[in-house]
Amino acid sequence: MNKLVLIVGGSTLVYACLALMMGVLPGIELSRVAAGPGVQPLTALQDEGRAVYVANGCGYCHTQQVRPLGQDKVFGRPSIAGDFKYQTPELLGSERTGPDLTNIGVRQPSEVWQYIHLYNPRAVVPESIMPSFNWLFDVVGQAPAGMTPVPLPKAYAPAQGVVVPTHKAEALIAYLASLKQQPLPAAEMAGDESAMASPPAATSTPEAAAGGYDAAKGGALFTANCSACHQASGEGLPGAFPPLKGNDVVNAADAAKHMQVVLQGLHGNKVGGVIYGSAMPPFAGTLSDTEIADIIDYERSSWGNHGQPVTPAQVAAERAKTK
Amino acid sequence: MQFVRKQHSSLSETDDRALASVFAAYTVTATLWLLFATGVGLLMAFKFGAPEFGGGAWLTFGRLRPIHTNATFYGFASIALVGLGYYVAARSSGTRLYSPKLAWIGLVLFNLAAAAGTIALDLGYNDGDLEYREWPWPIRLIFLAALMITAWNLIGTVARRTSGDIYLSNWYIIGGTLWTCIIAVVAVLPWYQYGLGQVAVSGFYMHNAVGMWFTPLVLGTFYYALPKLLSRPIYSYALGVFAFWTNLLFYPIIGAHHFEFSPLPWWLQTTAIVFSVAMLVPVWGGSSNFLLTMRGRTRDMVHSYPLMFIFVAVIGYLLGSTQGTLEAFRSLQEVWHLTNFTVGHSHLTMYGFVAFAVWGGLYALLPLATGRQASTLGLALHFWMALVGSFIYVISLSIGGTIQGLDWIHGLPFIQSVIDMQSYYVWRGVGGSLMFLSHLVFAWNVWCMCYGAAVRQSPLASRRAEEAVA
Repeated sequence: MNKLVLIVGGSTLVYACLALMMGVLPGIELSRVAAGPGVQPLTALQDEGRAVYVANGCGYCHTQQVRPLGQDKVFGRPSIAGDFKYQTPELLGSERTGPDLTNIGVRQPSEVWQYIHLYNPRAVVPESIMPSFNWLFDVVGQAPAGMTPVPLPKAYAPAQGVVVPTHKAEALIAYLASLKQQPLPAAEMAGDESAMASPPAATSTPEAAAGGYDAAKGGALFTANCSACHQASGEGLPGAFPPLKGNDVVNAADAAKHMQVVLQGLHGNKVGGVIYGSAMPPFAGTLSDTEIADIIDYERSSWGNHGQPVTPAQVAAERAKTK
Repeated sequence: MQFVRKQHSSLSETDDRALASVFAAYTVTATLWLLFATGVGLLMAFKFGAPEFGGGAWLTFGRLRPIHTNATFYGFASIALVGLGYYVAARSSGTRLYSPKLAWIGLVLFNLAAAAGTIALDLGYNDGDLEYREWPWPIRLIFLAALMITAWNLIGTVARRTSGDIYLSNWYIIGGTLWTCIIAVVAVLPWYQYGLGQVAVSGFYMHNAVGMWFTPLVLGTFYYALPKLLSRPIYSYALGVFAFWTNLLFYPIIGAHHFEFSPLPWWLQTTAIVFSVAMLVPVWGGSSNFLLTMRGRTRDMVHSYPLMFIFVAVIGYLLGSTQGTLEAFRSLQEVWHLTNFTVGHSHLTMYGFVAFAVWGGLYALLPLATGRQASTLGLALHFWMALVGSFIYVISLSIGGTIQGLDWIHGLPFIQSVIDMQSYYVWRGVGGSLMFLSHLVFAWNVWCMCYGAAVRQSPLASRRAEEAVA
């Protein structure tokens, strides 16, 4: 019996100590981390949405952690400990089958886009492999008062009736919209910058813009930042996102307005007599002058558009105007 | 096998039957869980190519994913290994099971937890997308109760051993069960884990639930089954003891390597990386011990599928764990973290190591308990389909995951990494289909070993007769 006590008891005691040291104590200590600047608890509706997110396992394909690495820069600034104060259960995730959502409320502020995408992701991103969450919506003959039906493209809409979100879908979208990183004090940002590996932005050399613009780079940036709404065809989605093809602003000789829209975003815009309610995010904070010039020039020379191209210097000038 | 031989005289045939039926019952329910869990896995694999396949809330990917992992872990692997553990503990201690009744109660609780957990997850009751602890906490308490009953029963059994020494298998089996009780308690208590604190606990839990539960039980089975199959002692008992203690000391410290580059304290991540390297000591020590035990017996191996299964499992242990060490390095995490490479790794270890070990152990030991054999053809079909299938699975996801990681580093639009994965997802489905087919054959083999035509009336009784003569 003594041997049994020695081996079994001894090893269990050792393990208990290690569990305490590596699991419990770090847990206690890190639970005490204070909230970062501007980090707020969720509202009741957003919290409900978080529960929908958890119940349906969104966290298995979407992370909520931005690493201090070059490739993560597209998802926002590196996450810091204070960001997670009110995040229980934690949703950092372990796989990025789909993109990171830490800052999705800033990166994709359009509620309309979120609803279409949730109903059937392929309606806005043809290559997406995310499941359709059409069971979070109701198909009704007529939208109840005060509720706008989801403006689905014809190919994805039900044959009869209109689609309206259920309460769960509304909560989920409210939660996604709440996922916004709070800006950090300058000192902390400087530290994070130095920790970053060389970001992809560094590869866009100024020479590329000399003989016009870098078409490949412009196309890739358009795919990464714009095509989810405006579509690869530049035609947008009727009733949801305005077309860029044949768009007056895009074809105007004076590109000032075009640059302003990309830099500052837009809301409640009227294109070709149609009002588009969905919001476009500003890109001034995430894209460099060269990158914005590449995107604008790509838009101005694609789909039969023939707007005057812009240079990074012009974008810089526009950017300075609003500061 | 000195330790077995001496004591059989004290055992009655009733005790043998009681042990055999406990062992068989654990195996049968574990097999059903394997079929279910991998059927779900296969459905998910198809969804990567056809996202609209299997629509609706109950079949949505995010609910099936934890059902697949939890049913594999706590349905299949846990129940199968506890069944093996009971058999090994009783036989290597030359005694009968402390309490067959407790074993049956444990079996009911394990299955109850797995069934309730599956239903809860499918209804959307997920305890926070926290990997491997998604079941609502009351269900995890049922699992904990089953674990504690098992630990008690195992300790009681080994306490009745007829020899002075405790065979190494039992160190691993009892140790693993008790450690997992601690892991389960650490994971389920809610009062100290909020926000980032919970991240630290998640890192600890998700790694320990695998490596301090499945690994020790599997190693314990190896230490019993290999000498049995080869009729020679383990190469070095001392090396086994050394691997036991080093594994115990190093493994619990490496969990934070699941959250590299996260806001967890940098020192915690670095400590995890250092001990991930230290893990090479018990892994290489343990694997070489098994391989040296098999050395020079290649001819036996070719003629014995149970040995082939165990051989693959040992190689899976060696490769999978060494890969885990490499993955922990920051330079490689930068490429592979969050990609499908990790999914390849987890299948190399849970399938190439744990599942193959379970099968090897069952094919080696279950016929000894029940006196019934599966056909060689059945074993061969199972072996080759599982081996080829898992090869395709792991290799396609390793290549695809690497491409995915490089796409991100090259700053391509995110959707490009989804597009580039498509053909690898298809290959994963091909591998997965073969794996699932092999499980159908396995189920048939289990049927034969439990309810098929008897080869001998009671193998243990007849062996005892032989030994008595000797």
